[in-house]
Amino acid sequence: MRAAQAGDSRKYDSLLRSVTPYIRSLTRRYCRDAALCEDVVQDVLLTVHRIRHTWDPQRPFSPWLAAIAARRAIDRIRRDSRIARFEVRDETAFETFAAEPANHDSGALRAAEAIEPLLAALPERQRRALEAVKIRGLSVAQAASESGQSVAALKVNVHRAVKALRQLVAQEPKDE
Amino acid sequence: MSLELHMTRHATENLIESLSRNLSPVRPLRPPLRRALLWLFAVALLAGVALWRWSNLELFMARNDDPRLMWERTATLLTGISAIVAAFYLSLPDRSRLWGYMAIPPLLVWIACAGLGCLKAGVGWGPPGDHMGETLRCFRFIVMVSVPLALLLYLVLRRARPLQPLPVALSAALGVAALAAFILQFFHPFDSTAIDLAMHFGAVLTIIAAAAAARRVLT
Repeated sequence: MRAAQAGDSRKYDSLLRSVTPYIRSLTRRYCRDAALCEDVVQDVLLTVHRIRHTWDPQRPFSPWLAAIAARRAIDRIRRDSRIARFEVRDETAFETFAAEPANHDSGALRAAEAIEPLLAALPERQRRALEAVKIRGLSVAQAASESGQSVAALKVNVHRAVKALRQLVAQEPKDE
Repeated sequence: MSLELHMTRHATENLIESLSRNLSPVRPLRPPLRRALLWLFAVALLAGVALWRWSNLELFMARNDDPRLMWERTATLLTGISAIVAAFYLSLPDRSRLWGYMAIPPLLVWIACAGLGCLKAGVGWGPPGDHMGETLRCFRFIVMVSVPLALLLYLVLRRARPLQPLPVALSAALGVAALAAFILQFFHPFDSTAIDLAMHFGAVLTIIAAAAAARRVLT
């Protein structure tokens, strides 16, 4: 460190590389997350660089370094807990809640999710007919040719499926 | 090792490389006691010239016969000196935090002696009117002397870029306010009333609060 204070960059580089594992082990005492610890290690290295003139060559180096590491780790933990106390972390919040159409989409999504088990409860022919006409948006003629049913039979199946669904929805417990 | 961790470690390597590349030589700070004594010596010189020029030294010496007053003055001066020495130690990362308590014993003696003087003189709350103007003068004196001293001290202390500026600021402010209160004794040829005392300590607390608010200047 004495050489580093004198401006020897090669020795400074080797000093920083040799003390980095020690700084890492010191910061591990304060945080469990390895990536967060590495952030603190970088912060400690920057601080060491900024206040390298405060190390007294007559005194041991490691207590000086350990004091900086402890201080920086505690500062980081305090800052993170302050942020956690006052801010909500939700990456999707903007997409989900900020724009009005996004809310409509999420409503539709929730409705689709809710109706899925009810559709599964319908007889096979009725469910297929309803999915083709009401969900996939095919015309009655297209749906009839795809399913191999006559147009009249398809219409009847769609009608029965809607009626059955109404009954199933009426039996569902209401969410308050 | 996760990808994120691998990338952060790589960033650490790059950081070390960049710090080493941009290294410039620095002069290590002198030992804190030596720096503190140098600062105190400079202030003593300035204050000495001012006192010799403007204060009534004869009256000050005459009042030294009172042992209580003698104790009060000594405790005030010791509070100032010890708090300033402590601020220099606290500004360094590897020095004990216990230095922060060094000024407490003389501070307690100062408060006790001042309070005792107030009771002993039997002046209670003191006469109203012109005396109130006198106590406001004391308040103004302590603040006016403390502010330039605090600025001078901040200039020297900020060289250490303290990692915890608050204890340093508090100790430095107590130090300069106590020194200002000591210098005030040369211009205070009467016993303190309770209002006087409140004004003196009110001024000290004002300086401490202002210094604490301006602690970021140190970093």
